[in-house]
Amino acid sequence: MDLDISAEDLAFRDEVRAFIDRSLPSDTREKVRRGLKLTKEDHVNWHRILHANGWGAPGWPVEYGGPDWTPMQRHIFEEETGRNHCPRLMPFGLKMVGPVIQAFGSDEQKAQHLPKIASSEIQWCQGYSEPGAGSDLASLKTRAVRDGDTYIVNGQKTWTTAAHWADWIFCLVRTDDTVKKQEGISFLLIDMATPGIAVKPIITMEGGHEVNEVFFDDVVVPVSNRVGAENKGWTIAKFLLGHERTSIAEIGRSKAQLEKLTEIAAAEQKDGAPLIDDPRFREKIARAEIDLMALEMTLLRVVSAESAGRVPGPEASLLKIRATELQQELGELLMEAIGYYSHPDTPEAREFGWNEPSVGPDYAVSLSPAYFNLRKTSIYGGSNEVQRGIISKMVLGF
Amino acid sequence: MPFALTDEQKLLQESVDRFVERDYGFDVRTRLAESETGWSAENWARFAELGWLGVPFDEAAGGYGGGPVEAGLIAEGLGKGLAVEPYLWTVVLGGGLLARAGRNDLLEELIAGNLQLATGFAEPQARYALHDVATKAERSGGDYVLTGQKAVVFNAPSADRLIVPARTAGGQTESRGITLFLLPAGADGIALRPYRTMDDGRAAEVTLSSVRAGGDTVLGEVDDGMALIEPAIDVATAVVCCEAAGVMQALVSQTREYIGTRKQFGVPLSSFQVLQHRMAEMFIHKEQTQSMAYMAAVRAAAGDGPAASRAASAAKAYASEKGKLVGQEAIQMHGGMGMTREMPISSFFKRITMIGSLFGDADHHLDRFADLSGGRTG
Repeated sequence: MDLDISAEDLAFRDEVRAFIDRSLPSDTREKVRRGLKLTKEDHVNWHRILHANGWGAPGWPVEYGGPDWTPMQRHIFEEETGRNHCPRLMPFGLKMVGPVIQAFGSDEQKAQHLPKIASSEIQWCQGYSEPGAGSDLASLKTRAVRDGDTYIVNGQKTWTTAAHWADWIFCLVRTDDTVKKQEGISFLLIDMATPGIAVKPIITMEGGHEVNEVFFDDVVVPVSNRVGAENKGWTIAKFLLGHERTSIAEIGRSKAQLEKLTEIAAAEQKDGAPLIDDPRFREKIARAEIDLMALEMTLLRVVSAESAGRVPGPEASLLKIRATELQQELGELLMEAIGYYSHPDTPEAREFGWNEPSVGPDYAVSLSPAYFNLRKTSIYGGSNEVQRGIISKMVLGF
Repeated sequence: MPFALTDEQKLLQESVDRFVERDYGFDVRTRLAESETGWSAENWARFAELGWLGVPFDEAAGGYGGGPVEAGLIAEGLGKGLAVEPYLWTVVLGGGLLARAGRNDLLEELIAGNLQLATGFAEPQARYALHDVATKAERSGGDYVLTGQKAVVFNAPSADRLIVPARTAGGQTESRGITLFLLPAGADGIALRPYRTMDDGRAAEVTLSSVRAGGDTVLGEVDDGMALIEPAIDVATAVVCCEAAGVMQALVSQTREYIGTRKQFGVPLSSFQVLQHRMAEMFIHKEQTQSMAYMAAVRAAAGDGPAASRAASAAKAYASEKGKLVGQEAIQMHGGMGMTREMPISSFFKRITMIGSLFGDADHHLDRFADLSGGRTG
């Protein structure tokens, strides 16, 4: 056992860094670094830049246009892009429906969708949660009723991230309500331009628009848009739970946040000295850094097991819990660092290109909104309670 | 009997609760927060009518002879409805300073509902230290000329008058040498940069550029402003802890209601023991915050001094820390719904978050408590 990464992996890391340095548009970098609002174009444009370099689908095998990276290379790519202020690649195509289509899709579905996901020509969103089906996802009620070669879909999805940017949505729908709830679910690909679909924004507490409600009113979907067999959608949902979950650790982004925290704590004053010299605050930063280290070392063990061919199971739940709690911890410290300047709410200053001087220090404008927004991380993607339930059941055997 | 409310205090408490229940629904509150001033002049007139604006002041000043406990009960009640009216800034802090300076003439106006106040107790470099004052007041004949910047001055956009600590002697962080000035908000040389706050309040950055102030604008003694502002902030701290207790009570009861009705896996969320225990913790934090807040208010009512300061810092360190936990848990248990602006719980969460750093965060008050205790307990 050692802690060093190989010379090849180090060279790969340098290559990724150099590429980011050269290719990430400076305004995009600035937006991510300062926590300003990102547009759809920021995400798509960065994805296309990566695609042009052959890196558009980092986790995919070569036959579908991926770079065929090792688990370690994928981890390095995630960390470097996160740490160096790249926008997130939207996961719904690349990490969710893409792998599903690769594993369960027909040849037609593969040909139709995979290239456009890799190139970011088509944006996807995920239709899973419903008003009555959150942690208890299997109780979903959106119905798809067979009518010849089509399904007629009626119902409502919610918390649909980026539905307002998406061209397609993949949905879990109920195709049989006479059986056990997990056994009557199918997986459908639906073109958002189909008549009968309405998207309504949900504004989150800090004023952001990321999530939406999506309504389906007699939406006609060809049966050929079903992935896998009818009533086998739950198998697909479970497959996704274990797929590419290591990126959830967000190590790179948390490292960038920790750096930012250190910078801000050095700039802020307390009793005429930098805040970072205050014993209480220093200790909190140290604690966050140790938490980050613990998460990173655990992640590396998971990556190492993956390299040996093991698919991560409940480890993904551990990573999700600790990563989201760490993001929240860092967000909390960032807000705490700026004292009274956590109070002003100046949404205009969170737009890129706002040229007036900010209220208080420049770095302060996005920190409280980020703190509020980060509360979502322990709720989404299977709440941390659900993740603890998985560990209790799958590891501890309760 | 410790902590037993008098009949008058009970009546006051009931009258505030009744007002919030009947007239301060969340939709009303949202409308007020979105309005131009961010609060309701009509409600303010009612507060005057009900006597709430005069509650903490001496009868000689036209008040009702109450004090920090009564103000705390009002703040606690208003906290349950997340009221946006600037009671804390105008009545408790501003009014408290006027009372200490013996300005009964202005208190009458305030009690009648015709005066709004804001106090510039923070500066950009000062973090939570009241004595870190870089704003200068230099003598010029019989007048003073004030220059400097005040950070995040709550209620400044609505204020008729500003209370401004400025340095008349000593170095930037010396306690001695600070003088309080009472200035018309529209005085020449005062510039406001107004904005909304995260919890739907209003505040402004206030810049003073060679503002001329007559000798009669001095509140209290020259160079001894800390003798006024420190105890006044202690009272306001005790009162905002009472508000925190009210906000926490709302967070607890709304979360209880939510997990009691929201069903997943065919049962209410409240049937999961892990959530029951976490809610029990929230309840404990809320109860103890209330105890600490009342203690601080009672100590403040007994007079200024280290006992009142220690109590205020103890209560605030407690309320800041536990308020954060209760707020975070309330959102978590509401799931996605808790993240939405539409759901009241998120506004209560934002308020308890912002109260966390008002007059100093948990770390600030832990330090202050330890300093004031000097190793002593009890």
